[in-house]
Order: sequence, then C-alpha cells, then structure tokens
Amino acid sequence: MSRYADLVLTLLAAAFVLALSWAVPWLRFVMTIAIAKGLAVLGILLLLRAGQVSFGHALYLSLAAYVVAFMAARIPEVLLLLPLAAVVAASIGLLVGLFVSRYRAIFFGMLNLALSMVFYSMLDKFYEVTRGGDGIRVPVTSFAGAVLSPDQQSWALLILALVLAIGFGAFVRLYLLSPMGSALSALKTREARLEFMGVPARRVILSAYVLSALMAGCGGALIALSTRHVTPALAYWTASGELVFIAILGGAGSVFGPFLGALAYELTRTYAAALVADAWQMILGTVLLVVILFAPGGLWGIGRALVVRGRQA
Amino acid sequence: MILLSAKGLKLAFGGVKAADGIDLDVRNGEFLAIIGPNGAGKTTFINMVTGYLTPQAGEIHYDGQPLLGLAPRRLVRLGIARSFQLPQLFLEHTVAENVALAIAAREGLWSPIRPLMRSAWRAEADDILAQFDLSDIAERRADTLNEGARKLTDIAMAVALKPRLILMDEPTSGVAASEKISIVATLVRVLRTAGVTAVFVEHDMDVVSRFADRVAVWSQGKIAALGPPGAVLTDPNVLHDVIGIETEAGHAAA
Repeated sequence: MSRYADLVLTLLAAAFVLALSWAVPWLRFVMTIAIAKGLAVLGILLLLRAGQVSFGHALYLSLAAYVVAFMAARIPEVLLLLPLAAVVAASIGLLVGLFVSRYRAIFFGMLNLALSMVFYSMLDKFYEVTRGGDGIRVPVTSFAGAVLSPDQQSWALLILALVLAIGFGAFVRLYLLSPMGSALSALKTREARLEFMGVPARRVILSAYVLSALMAGCGGALIALSTRHVTPALAYWTASGELVFIAILGGAGSVFGPFLGALAYELTRTYAAALVADAWQMILGTVLLVVILFAPGGLWGIGRALVVRGRQA
Repeated sequence: MILLSAKGLKLAFGGVKAADGIDLDVRNGEFLAIIGPNGAGKTTFINMVTGYLTPQAGEIHYDGQPLLGLAPRRLVRLGIARSFQLPQLFLEHTVAENVALAIAAREGLWSPIRPLMRSAWRAEADDILAQFDLSDIAERRADTLNEGARKLTDIAMAVALKPRLILMDEPTSGVAASEKISIVATLVRVLRTAGVTAVFVEHDMDVVSRFADRVAVWSQGKIAALGPPGAVLTDPNVLHDVIGIETEAGHAAA
C-alpha cells in the first residue's frame, strides 16, 4: 500500500479506537492491553520476515513489566518508567540475541522458549524478591508530572499506547523497506548468499531481535502501568504462544496485522470469556485453525483481499 | 600478472580426493575455464577459494595476500565474488531488488530507514540489468524466472559487488541448449567491459572453446592439462579421458 493510504488507514484506526473507548469506557483498558500486545507482536513480525519464530518473547514483555513494578516506587513517572523498562528489555535482548542469533528454525524458537521459562521460574521461585505467584502491585504513577484520576490515567495510557503504536509502526514500515528489512526476508530464503555478498547474517537478525525486544518492552511497560499488577504469568510460555498466535491471526504482511490481530484477539477473548466462560480457548483455537487453513495472510490479508475484490468489481 | 595463486591444495572427503595437490595460477583479466568429469573436484576448488571449504594442505594467495581462514564475507570485501550452480536468488524479491541488495551489501547496508530502492541504487541496478539484457524482467519476482534468467541474475548480483575476480560454477547448467551461447556471450561481454577476471566451471566444450582464454582440465583432484583451448581440447588424452571421445592416439594412450 502507498504511504498515503497507510497514513489515512492509521488515522482512521486511531480514531476508531478512541471513539470506541469513549463510547464504551470499559473497552479503554482492553484497547490499551491489545495495543501493548500488538507492539510485542510487531517484533514477532520482524522475526517472521526472517523465517524465525520466537516462542519466548514474553521474556521481554514480562521483564519490562517487572522493571516498572520494581522501579515505580522510586521513579513514579510514566514517561521515565516506560523508556527505562524498554531500554532494559532491549539490553537483555542484545545479550540474549548475541547467543540465539547463531541458531535458526526450531532451535531458535526453542532456545527463546527455554530462556523465557528460566525467567518465569526465577520470578516464581525467588519469592523474597518477586513475591512469587502473588506478584507485585504497581503503585500509583504520575503522567508528565501530574497525578491523574484513574479515568484520566486510563485515557493517558491509551493515547500513549496509540502514539507508540503509530511511531513503531511507521518505523517498522520503513525498516522493512530498507536494506536491513529486505535482508531479513533474503535471510529467510538464501542465508548463504547473503554471506557471499559480504553481509553478516547474524547481525541482520540480531538487529531485528533487539528491536523486537525493545517493542516488547514498551508493550510490557504499558501492561504493567495499565493493570497495576504484575505476576510471573506474564512470562509463562503460554504468554509467548499468545504473541505468536496473534501474529498469525493478524497476518505478517503488514505492520497493521499485529494490531488488528491483537484487537481481534482481546475482543474475542473478552466477549467469549463472558458468554462461554468454559470454552473461550476452544473458540480462539477454532478461529486460528480457520485462519491457518483458509487465510494464511491473516485478518489483514482477508481485509486486503476484500478491498482488492471490491475495486475490481 | 598473477591475481590468484593456489599451491599444493589438498582436500579429501573420506577416501575421495577432491583436491590432490592442485597448483594453479589465474592471470589478471583472463577467462579460465575448468572442465572435467563430475566428482573431479572442480566445485571444490571454487569452494576453497571462496572460503566455503578449508583445504587440508596448501595455500591460496589473492593479489599476493593469503586467503585461507578468511570468511566468505571478508573475501567479498577483497574483491572476490561467486555465482552458484543452483542460482541463489532471494526468492521473495524482484530481480531489481536482488541486484539492489547486492549493491547495498557492497555499500554496507546498515541504514534501517532509507529505502532499498533509493534512486541511486535503483539506477545502478537498472544499469547492471540493462548490461545483462534483463531490463524486461526487472520487476518480476525471482521465483518466477526461467533457468537462463536465474543464472544471469545470479551473475548480475555478483557483478554488482564490483569484484576483481568472479568464480562461476556451471553458468550454463540447466539452461536450454539454444540459449547457452547467447547467455555466455552476454556475461563475457559484461565481465570483459568491467575488467573482471573470471574462473568458470563448464561442461559445454563449445562454450569453453569460444569464450575461455585458458582451460584447466580436472581429473581425480588433479590438473591433467592446462593451456589455451585450441591446444587442450585437441589433446587426445583429454578427449579420451575427460570428454569421452575416442581417437586413435587417445585409444593407444589408454
């Protein structure tokens, strides 16, 4: 899609989110969480472009969430906590990435999973520090120096999430069109050729990995600030699987896919859990099966195909 | 002037000797063809020069500098490029993007926000594709090309790296017989214009006799003959042992 079309669609989507959050106030929280997860899934999309699937990216999301939880008492300011948490996640992403970028395919996926489960175990077992399964309550934080009411705080976090989504979405869009982004999909099909062109494939995937950890960190910080309670469940393997699930559901063909997938996932989960409390996972599983079998481009691919068909008609 | 010099190269896979004391000098600006039966060690030689395989003994010098132990991407920086028997194209990209990626690689592609198809690289990619007569397919995805176009695109990517030496592994294999001569003529014209020295593995003797300056005959990991095509390809032993043509002299030698 053209830059102009993407800009219009972005503004329409942001307006839709804000309008829905105004019309149905309790959805404001759901939207914020969905966008936060969408940020993490945007990182998964980058790795998917290189043909790699991380089953452990909840590590970075939960790490940032715990940074917020630990530091909020000392630095009770959202605009400082969020970048701090994101930078910590990116730094750990760099350290881990130096190791996992040597591996591909199932080894890459499982190493990420293993490392995230190590972190989960630490959160769960070191009770004196992490409070184990009880988790840590995040104290009230200020926003740009002002202590807001809960209602104002939820609006502020939603708008912050939207700004981050638009900013990172625009950056990733540029990234995918750049030589670095093109090298990601080149790596997927002919890694050896990249090396014989003088391109260190490891550095290509490491750059994407660190960027993905940074975005997951932003998502994790937003989740901690919105829910105001963090638990080891954020790092559990099902949380990582959820991110991959959303990536497939939304589609990896565009930067809109992760956010579309995350919104659909959170809304489906919210309503399905309310309507059929015992079967909502089955509903999500069925949706995923249908997407994999009939719409490999995900929800974004379906929407795009409908638009193309509409133009041709 | 000698651009590439291999001395005493040895490499065996189990009991099979792919290189058994290879001594070979490649002169600056020449087109050296390597011929020989399958399994003689021709591709192994290219893989050793380009850093993909490490010989068990011997040494390789390029422009007077030792090469062994250098990674493929370091060799590219020195001016050595290669193409592959099975073209290694980036299948999700167009032909122009494949060449632009090679240009980006040459330039050190580390901008995460400037587009790959920026005007200067686009223009250079178009220019290279025009030299290879590939302008018509510039916007086609690499996975939709026929074998001849894939081979030329593969070599165009190597040329985009602006090498001094290019090693091509069977540039005409899998190409329709009717296209072979025109494809090699195109790539020889481009490489000669760019002043690139070329070493190429080839099975088609017509191609070799028309386009090679010298021919090296590989046999069981050794160089059985080396010289101008006119002399080597009429050698009865080469005709008998390598090409499989019976002559009286060759038959007597056998």
